[in-house]
Amino acid sequence: MPHKQPPPRKQSINMGRGTRKRDEDSGTEVGEGTDEWAQSKATVKPPDQLDLTDAELKEEFTRILTANNPHAPQNIVRYSFKEGTYKLIGFVDQLAVHFTQVGNLIPKDSDEGRRQHYRDELAAGSQESAKLVISETEILEEEEEPKEVEAGSQTDVPIVQASQKVAEEELMTPKQPKERKLTNKFNFSERASQTFNNPLRDRECQMEPPPRTNFSATANQWEIYDAYMEELEKQEKTKEKEKTKTPVAKKMGKMATRKMTSLESQSDDITKVTQAAKIVERMVNQNTYDDVAQDFKYYEDAADEYRDQEGTLLPLWKFQNDKAKRLAVTALFWNPKYNDLFAVGHGSYDFMKQSRGMLLLYSMKNPSFPEYIFSSESGIMCLDMHVDHPYLVVVGHYDGNVAIYNLKKPQSQPSFRSSAKSGKHTDPVWQVRWQKDDMDHNLNFFSVSSDGRIVSWTLVKSELVHTDIIKLKVEGSTTEDLEGMQIHTVACGTAFDFHREIDYLFLVGTEEGKIYKCSKSYSSQFLDTYDAHNMAVDAVSWNPYHTKVFMSCSSDWTVKIWDHTINSPPFPTAGPRCSSMTSIQLWVTWPGHRTRPLCSQQSPPTGRPTCLTCPSTSMRPSATRPWWPERRTSSPTCSSTPSTPSSLWVMTEGTSPASSSHPTCERCRRRRRARKYRRGQPWRSQNWTNC
Amino acid sequence: MGETEGKKDEADYKRLQTFPLVRHSDMPEEMRVETMELCVTACEKFSNNNELPPTRLPPTSLVSLQSAAKMIKETMDKKFGSSWHVVIGEGFGFEITHEVKNLLYLYFGGTLAVCVWKCS
Repeated sequence: MPHKQPPPRKQSINMGRGTRKRDEDSGTEVGEGTDEWAQSKATVKPPDQLDLTDAELKEEFTRILTANNPHAPQNIVRYSFKEGTYKLIGFVDQLAVHFTQVGNLIPKDSDEGRRQHYRDELAAGSQESAKLVISETEILEEEEEPKEVEAGSQTDVPIVQASQKVAEEELMTPKQPKERKLTNKFNFSERASQTFNNPLRDRECQMEPPPRTNFSATANQWEIYDAYMEELEKQEKTKEKEKTKTPVAKKMGKMATRKMTSLESQSDDITKVTQAAKIVERMVNQNTYDDVAQDFKYYEDAADEYRDQEGTLLPLWKFQNDKAKRLAVTALFWNPKYNDLFAVGHGSYDFMKQSRGMLLLYSMKNPSFPEYIFSSESGIMCLDMHVDHPYLVVVGHYDGNVAIYNLKKPQSQPSFRSSAKSGKHTDPVWQVRWQKDDMDHNLNFFSVSSDGRIVSWTLVKSELVHTDIIKLKVEGSTTEDLEGMQIHTVACGTAFDFHREIDYLFLVGTEEGKIYKCSKSYSSQFLDTYDAHNMAVDAVSWNPYHTKVFMSCSSDWTVKIWDHTINSPPFPTAGPRCSSMTSIQLWVTWPGHRTRPLCSQQSPPTGRPTCLTCPSTSMRPSATRPWWPERRTSSPTCSSTPSTPSSLWVMTEGTSPASSSHPTCERCRRRRRARKYRRGQPWRSQNWTNC
Repeated sequence: MGETEGKKDEADYKRLQTFPLVRHSDMPEEMRVETMELCVTACEKFSNNNELPPTRLPPTSLVSLQSAAKMIKETMDKKFGSSWHVVIGEGFGFEITHEVKNLLYLYFGGTLAVCVWKCS
């Protein structure tokens, strides 16, 4: 293609340029004397034009002109219902319409055309007839003249005939349409206008078809029959379940089964949601308390190295529940099977103010809300969980009742309860303990109470049957009354513990400070008596490793270690150091791997839980180490985890939250039992554990 | 399983005759309930009491099944949009493509199976 020069309009830019090219093609014939014109017509090279060589200039480019519509899309995709997919359309319409006008021409031969023609003819005919009539009459006259000449025409006759025809013509004129008004520009002017016609545009849109799936099944008589049989069985099962419910509920159940099965799925949704909600709640809690959980496992205070004989307690969690406010925590127990579950018993130590009690079970996985909540009329003093059946919790109440809760059943009331008829204690029950199942495989537990009785309760045919094992008689106090019956003063039992290996052997601690070694088979006599303490014995505990040894702690601020074969003063133990007076609570545990006694105490007014240890392998206390918590707690009830390392659970009275602290020294495990108060007197309890 | 029924089963089975048993459905709840009720109404309305000339035909005549199916289909079209398909019968197998959330397959009356689906 020949090199095209830029149009002359660019000349204004390049006026200064000297080079001007004249091309033969673009040069136009210019008249002489118009140099400016010549100049204006001269082509000027713009500054950004390509400088091509001659060879390139002569290069030929082929351009093919096609009739395709450049604006037409090249890849139209349509959904094909037959195949169920989107398919590319091969042929795209290339027609581009540039101008449309609706016209008003119609074919001559069509109906409308012919009608119009006829109408036009009529209209035209009426006008011309006026002219033609005259000429026709002349012709007619001429034609009739020769006729009437035959009849002996007269000149009048043709005139008469002419006038007749004229009359006829005049008659004819009214039938025809009126004459058109002559339009001239003095009395008639045309005006026309055209409004703007909005341009038309085609728009197309195709939506995605609704999603589809396949489904196949067979409808046979046997399939139908099978389905109905299944449905029958389901209904029967639901009927059986409803038999256990109340009659009202039964009716409702029947109604439900009679209704369509669509309702069944609704109940499933609810249970699914509770499960998921529970898991989500735990997740949220774990995320919130993640740092606490980390501390629980791994906290180590390096400063303890330098603190001689002292360690640190780090508070971890606080468990509280609104319903248990203003109730003291009286008992703590870890579930033997599920290491994160522990039970908290709430009650009141105050003799004057006794109110209701609660049993809450918390899981460490969810510190914000208890897993199980039970409430009772009387304060709970102690609790125990069965080793083989970790869902059975036995509690002892302040009013002397004992009750068994079954965690598997979602009832809020205990499964079994003692009553005045069935031999409940007359004083608060201080300790309960599960025993092995008896000969008939009935569940069995013991309880000790201030009324001086140790009672064995057996669950026979869903009834609690009690058996007095022993009555704690104060020796040397038998007197004879008027009728000669022997009356003896009854000691108040406060703590007991059963020997690990010798099944029938157990120890009982009393308020008087004595410890009795008893056997389950002898109901009237003690095997041995130890004058242990000056004040009430808070807890006794057998050593699990040295089976002859047991430990006792008391309100007289002493912890004593005994050998049960020697009825003499025990191994000397140091009185624990305490910062304040009145009530001290000691929890004693045996850390396992060193068989070293460890005791923890807490003094209520200051409320500091302290942990003491006797770091001697020969069971002779050499030193005691008090553990001072970093923070004061309001009041004491302590317990410790049996299975997790070195955590001390401190429960406070009044608001009854539970906080846990992590004593860091030596990483020994300790277990402490809850402190029990009784009439302002502190009680001590002790437990042996292993690390 | 054979067709032998104990007496008790037979009585129960007959009690279930008017019980519509949803075999498969992916409809939303209200739609499903409505459709079920419609099917029950249609089947009961057109359940045949006429005598049939050839004795080989099952008790439910083909004519009434067709009418029932027609009624169901037209009502569904009006209520839920166009192009519903209905099959009622006692013995058939099928493989269909249906719009998602527009299928109901239920048994009725101990012998009938009804399949309703939408596919435009």
